[in-house]
Amino acid sequence: MNEVQAEAHEHPAYQRHHFETIAQQFDATNFAMWLFLLTEVMFFGGLFTAYLIMRNWYYPAFVEASHQLNIGWGTANTGVLIVSSFTMAMSVWNAQMRRKKGLVACLLLTFVLGLVFLGIKSIEYTEKYEKHHIPGFHYSMSSFLDPASDPEVHNAYPEDKPLQLDMARHTELYFFLYFAMTGMHALHMIIGIGILAYLIVRAQAGDFTTGHVTYIENFGLYWHFVDIIWIFLFPLLYLISRH
Amino acid sequence: MSTTTIVSLPDQSTARIPKMNFLTKENGLLSWLLTSDHKRIAILYLISITFFFFIGGSLAGLIRLELLTPQSDLMAADTYNKVFTMHGIIMIFLFLVPSVPATLGNFFIPMMIGAKDLALPKINLLSWYLYVFGGCLVIYTMAAGGVDTGWTFTTPLSTHYVNTNVMSTGLAIFIAGFSSIFTGLNFIVTIHKMRCPGMTWFRLPLFVWSNYAGSILMVLGTPVLAITIVLVALERTVGIGVFDPTRGGDPILFQHLFWFYSHPAVYIMILPGMGVMSETISTFSRKRVFGYTAVAFSSVAIAVFGFFVWAHHMFIMGISNYAALVFSLLTMLVAVPSAIKIFNWTLTLYKGSITFETPMLYSFGFMGLFTIGGLTGVFLGSSGTDIHLTETYFIVAHFHFVMVGGMLMAFLAGIHFWWPKMTGRMYPEKISQLAAVVTFIGFNLTFFPQFILGTLGMPRRYAAYPPEFQILNVFSTAGATVLGVGYLLPVIYLVWSLKYGAIAGSNPWQATGLEWQTQSPPLAENFPITPIMDHEAYDYDWLESQQAKEVASV
Repeated sequence: MNEVQAEAHEHPAYQRHHFETIAQQFDATNFAMWLFLLTEVMFFGGLFTAYLIMRNWYYPAFVEASHQLNIGWGTANTGVLIVSSFTMAMSVWNAQMRRKKGLVACLLLTFVLGLVFLGIKSIEYTEKYEKHHIPGFHYSMSSFLDPASDPEVHNAYPEDKPLQLDMARHTELYFFLYFAMTGMHALHMIIGIGILAYLIVRAQAGDFTTGHVTYIENFGLYWHFVDIIWIFLFPLLYLISRH
Repeated sequence: MSTTTIVSLPDQSTARIPKMNFLTKENGLLSWLLTSDHKRIAILYLISITFFFFIGGSLAGLIRLELLTPQSDLMAADTYNKVFTMHGIIMIFLFLVPSVPATLGNFFIPMMIGAKDLALPKINLLSWYLYVFGGCLVIYTMAAGGVDTGWTFTTPLSTHYVNTNVMSTGLAIFIAGFSSIFTGLNFIVTIHKMRCPGMTWFRLPLFVWSNYAGSILMVLGTPVLAITIVLVALERTVGIGVFDPTRGGDPILFQHLFWFYSHPAVYIMILPGMGVMSETISTFSRKRVFGYTAVAFSSVAIAVFGFFVWAHHMFIMGISNYAALVFSLLTMLVAVPSAIKIFNWTLTLYKGSITFETPMLYSFGFMGLFTIGGLTGVFLGSSGTDIHLTETYFIVAHFHFVMVGGMLMAFLAGIHFWWPKMTGRMYPEKISQLAAVVTFIGFNLTFFPQFILGTLGMPRRYAAYPPEFQILNVFSTAGATVLGVGYLLPVIYLVWSLKYGAIAGSNPWQATGLEWQTQSPPLAENFPITPIMDHEAYDYDWLESQQAKEVASV
């Protein structure tokens, strides 16, 4: 076997011993992150499949149930996430430019925007709880059997007809999918916020402004991915009747 | 004897195990539990999957013992249901799925491509911990009374009608699933990014190709199983209704989601075994694998086709006739790449200098049994015959031919083949050849009668059966006893060989892979200096010229 003598040269401290070059390390971890996101796509794919089938079967129930969601809050949350994606992208840029203050500030902003998203989400969840729209827990169909009993939504969507009991029952499936999909998304947000907190502490210590941008870059990919999931969830859950 | 064996061991009176190797580099329990060395993690995996294999195997023994007589007399019918369920869950999720990839793949993929380690060593260790945690939950489940849904968790049985430990088993499989996602992800990244200079895709050993294909299936399929289990758990606890027809849900949706993973899962189990076959058959017939490129791509083809055949598990479950037709045709497509492999291995043997060391005996076992298992798969893939044969012992025999006759033979072939590299010592040849033959005989005696039982109509998953089936069941149980001996023997002599085996030297088989061109057991960083691949895979002329050079320089 032909072998070359490995040259002894200086490595940055953050290069793991089993990589030949820092470029190889960056490539490998970056590729691993993309693959991980691919598994996430498949994970959410199961839920999206269930959603599409049920929506096809019980379209009227899904339309009326979707009118229970507050488009204002949904739009606000979409905006919050898009801005947080921007601040995350700026964090990556700041890390690459080795600007510690900018990096910490952008990560903090992303962190706060993530919390704002969860805050708005919890307001929406509370509304569902108050109207007994949480599936499995004393679920109430009165808003769909008799829309007039729910004046707030009825005034916003006066054309909604009362559903037959048979169809109204399936609004529960809509709400289950709503909670499963947004809940799974929120869980990813919570994990992301936890990691952000850790990254902020390390960024403050100056760990990511030495040229070691892998963590920030890969976390950025994760954060953008979680945003993209929401970009799909928003029209599928909130805007069913608007096309 | 020089014509009957290729084994070339160093002079035993002077040979020593190299003092510096990955086993001696560090000592103590913590150096193992916190290791990030892929070779040590492989050994941790080997010990843990062997442990679970013997638990699963004992359960299989109980099943066969119960079926010795037509009445349900050894255990109550629900106990029997729990025993076969736990057998399936342990064997599939804790043995077959991680068997070759997590042990041999973990150990040898980095070495075969000339890398120091897998790309993500910490994730690799994490995957072992997840596996162990999942395994502990399964043991907890057994202690807490087991689960009796069958390993398929069929809804609504698993969500509405049984009150056994579905939740803890589901959690165990969810966690073990992440362990296999991380293994697959790590392999894909490593194979893409960590190859040494000169190691092009078409110089990779075929073992690497088939593990790559298996990893694609792990990465794409397992998350779907994870979300399915989450939905089953929610259905069971909160009663959300996606799988419940009384609430507008659909149990067939569960079947689609479950088999979308679980059909590719059988390729996750078999593909790495096929990789072992390519290595052993080439080495013990001293020939380059015939049609290297075709064999490499057939692995990828199996992975791709494997994702489009899942509904053949559902022919009697209420899918439409047109769906059955399409899935039936697609299923038969999988036979093509599998046949490419078998034919190419056969042609590799043709005019090769074949020797009959233990790994080769197991490999012959694999080729014969996998062919039978694969061909009976075509019977089951034809939707007409499937309706007669499904849910009978024919199915049981079919997948045991593929999984036990195929994968387990391949696993044992691989363990024997690479044992000298992993430990630095040879296993005892004569007794291991005996074990291979005993396994083969025991296997056929156990599972061949089950094909006949299946065609006669004996249903699977019942503790009792009509008395006219007894004679064949007695054969099967007798065979299982022989098979059990065949599996116990290797454990005994392999452990024995750790201390008393002959010193193997770096390349006892005169094999061509990069892993054989370094000391056994290898150094912690695998190679003293990064190798450069300057020849094709399985190039025996290159090996000879290397050895000639060495002799000349000495």
